[in-house]
Amino acid sequence: MKAQDIKALLDEPACAHNTHKPKGGCTRPKPGATAGGCAFDGAQIALLPVADVAHIVHGPIACAGNTWDNRGTLSSGGPDLFRLGMTTDLTEQDVIMGRSEKRLFHAIRQAVEAHRPPAVFVYNTCVTALIGDDVDAVCKAAQERFEVPVVHVDAAGFYGSKNLGNRIAGETMVKKVVGTREPDPIPDSAVRPGIRVHQVNLIAEYNIAGEFWHVLPLFDELGLRILCTLSGDARFHQIQSMHRSQANMLVCSKAMINVARKLEERYGTPWFEGSFYGVQDMSQALRDFACLIDDPDLTRRTEDLIAREESRIDAALAPWRDRLRGKRVLLYTGGVKSWSVVSALQDLGMTVVATGTRKSTDADKARIRQLMGEDAVMIEDGSPANLLRIYEETQADMLIAGGRNLYTALKARMPFLDINQEREHAYAGYEGMLELARQLAITLESPIWPRVREPAPWDADGMPVTVEVR
Amino acid sequence: MPEILKRNKALSVSPLKASQPLGGALAFLGMDRAMPMFHGAQGCTAFAKVFLVRHFREPIPLQTTAMDQVSAVMGADEALLEGLATICNKSAPALIGIVTTGLSETEGADIHRVVREFRMQHPEFAQVAVVPVNTPDYCGSAETGFALAVTALIDTLVPEAKAAGTVPGSRPRQLNVLVGSSLTPGDVDHLKEIIEAFDLEPVVLPDLSASLDGHLDEARLSALTTGGTPLSALATLGNAQATLVVGASMATAADLLKARTGVSDLRFDGLMGMDATDELLLALSRLSGRPVPARLRRQRARLQDAMLDTHFMMGLARIAVAGEADLLAGFSALLREVGSEVVAAAVPVKAPVLDRLTVRTIKIGDLEDLEAMAREQGAELLIANAHGVASAQRLGIPLLRAGFPQYDWLGGFRRTWIGYAGAQQALFDLANLRVASHHGVTPYRSIYDRSPDTDLPEGPRHGTSASPAGGYATCH
Repeated sequence: MKAQDIKALLDEPACAHNTHKPKGGCTRPKPGATAGGCAFDGAQIALLPVADVAHIVHGPIACAGNTWDNRGTLSSGGPDLFRLGMTTDLTEQDVIMGRSEKRLFHAIRQAVEAHRPPAVFVYNTCVTALIGDDVDAVCKAAQERFEVPVVHVDAAGFYGSKNLGNRIAGETMVKKVVGTREPDPIPDSAVRPGIRVHQVNLIAEYNIAGEFWHVLPLFDELGLRILCTLSGDARFHQIQSMHRSQANMLVCSKAMINVARKLEERYGTPWFEGSFYGVQDMSQALRDFACLIDDPDLTRRTEDLIAREESRIDAALAPWRDRLRGKRVLLYTGGVKSWSVVSALQDLGMTVVATGTRKSTDADKARIRQLMGEDAVMIEDGSPANLLRIYEETQADMLIAGGRNLYTALKARMPFLDINQEREHAYAGYEGMLELARQLAITLESPIWPRVREPAPWDADGMPVTVEVR
Repeated sequence: MPEILKRNKALSVSPLKASQPLGGALAFLGMDRAMPMFHGAQGCTAFAKVFLVRHFREPIPLQTTAMDQVSAVMGADEALLEGLATICNKSAPALIGIVTTGLSETEGADIHRVVREFRMQHPEFAQVAVVPVNTPDYCGSAETGFALAVTALIDTLVPEAKAAGTVPGSRPRQLNVLVGSSLTPGDVDHLKEIIEAFDLEPVVLPDLSASLDGHLDEARLSALTTGGTPLSALATLGNAQATLVVGASMATAADLLKARTGVSDLRFDGLMGMDATDELLLALSRLSGRPVPARLRRQRARLQDAMLDTHFMMGLARIAVAGEADLLAGFSALLREVGSEVVAAAVPVKAPVLDRLTVRTIKIGDLEDLEAMAREQGAELLIANAHGVASAQRLGIPLLRAGFPQYDWLGGFRRTWIGYAGAQQALFDLANLRVASHHGVTPYRSIYDRSPDTDLPEGPRHGTSASPAGGYATCH
């Protein structure tokens, strides 16, 4: 990928983080003090959930071998090619003798012949970018020869951050895939009298732990046909038909904001940013769709559904609220979740004592203030030491953060809930709130805490400590 | 000698291989107060970190030089220098291990020169050991990376006997132990217990049983490893009575240690099964001048009993094994002792030890290759890492998890395979899997029996075109 293309992607007018510094939007990471993935990582996160595509990682083993089959995104069945790690696994000879392009061509052939996928995605990596493989040309030749779309996702790791990789992936889909096919006709069995079907997309919804399946029945009920979720439980043909959507929802604020913006530019599709976490946000997302689509009947049915679901879940949550009320939570997560999860926790009667804002935009922060008050504690520095300090200062009862902080929390004997993409539980939608409440109770109320926090009944030399008779 | 089948396809599907720098980093994680750093893009570290965190369920110290567009093309020496200084300033480690990646090797980094530059620029950090090792992603596997890092540790930190004045045997109870990547923290722990039972003092390099054994520290937070081989131990290796080397992959490291120190060594391809453990105990008894302790003799008697109990299930069992070469060597030894046959074997890369195994065919390849072999050979049980779950499902056979990674199996990271006790438990588990997946004779219903109240599969009906054999009992 050319330097100016990367620069153009870093300049995202719809993103509130956008800076017009000459070096581009994102700051350079500091060697020896950096965490987080690379552009390739971001591209994989964004596209690997597309279940029926052959995803080929073109590079040495690390990029695929250390990572495949490692994420919680789920597919509803049918072809699950995305569960197979596929890589050209380059050898030293390939790299030195320039045999990697040839290997890639034959790799694509092998994938096509063995699995007959509707498309092949080829992910470029650092080594192949550096030795100058013409991956575009190989993909083009393979596409012609094997008569199947072969899409080059050019997001080598060193191009930049995970976020850049998300954007490159989204950009690639918009440029090369969206608009290449019309949506399938609506099946007769799904036609219901009196319900007009509207077509919508979800952008950057990954169906972690299958959580979107808590939400999808509600869309069905309202007659909102989801053409594509980019990319949880998606199929290639769904991405192709994204241009026919009437309204798009951007589910994770920053990851693919460029996709929402470009679909609006190209196809005039209006979009909004929202979340399925927490009762209020879930309802708001449905309302926002109704509002953008502007069908009075849909609006009425949406309000009815919201009223029904809210009262149902309110009753179901009542016993959990009694258990969780007043518990103090330290929240450290990025972007949209910095406020969407706050409202979910407040729905449960919990107090959020601080929230992470490292990846949040100004708009995110405004919403945090709205929810937590003007003097809300916002955490920019998410280092384990700093989280530990704030945990103690705010006398929090637990930490809610990404899997990266799981073992930091456990080693510090803190109750913990994983809220990011590696989690194993489904928290989206009204139904997800019940699971969230349950998981919070599991860690907060566990009887292990005194046992791991109190010292053993002997001293450092193993001499029994005299305990006062209780 | 087995037939070794080379990789023969362009696309690797369901890879078995983890990368060299990941293995290198793991070796450094067996050192006390250490921090490994990848010289590469951020993702190289992030991926390895997630891999190790999920396998060990522990926080894993790992850093990156975070190469970007500019340093990938213009040179990343500055990034490496800056990374070293930053870690020294922030965490004051005892040791920083630098592993290279596909990116920095392709770019042409000379990490050894940069480390010399770092020494000149930063005399204030002279106390911090820095160990550079070349581990390109496009060569070897995690096992070779681990061995290369241990070799580099010896090369950088173990002094020449002459210069340091070390004398082999001057610490007569000390036994150096070089362990390869196939030994889990639980294996290393058990090995230390065995050695200590002979009143010898093991100095293990690297000692994952003291760092990644999954223990709760007093300290709530540490940026570095909180256990492992102390740096000071390396200077004493030259005074040991002998060196025990476990894992064929450690041969080069062992050669170097022997050349440096003059300490003689005893080498084991692995310590799985009775024969290898017998040999180990004999050697330890000779070295220590002590009889084999009663506790170990008892463990041997238990293994004998387990062999008797399980030999019905293990005899003629057709086993598929996927893993690094040392792991395959270990399992093939154990399985041979109980009459099982390794009918399908795949390793990620070639290794000298493979030629010594009693396995008919070994494929250099991935889990797709192994699956094909296992299907063709009628394998009845699979031994592989957690990625083998899907393979085992497709094959319809049970899985015993071994090797890296084991994302979905708590405690897998520290399970003990070696010694009598390890072999005993392995046999029980293997036999249990065989019992649970035992298929008896398929029920057969007579063609004369037309009672409608049973849903047994039917025999061929009179006049149908089904082949006569089709409906008969299936004796395999």
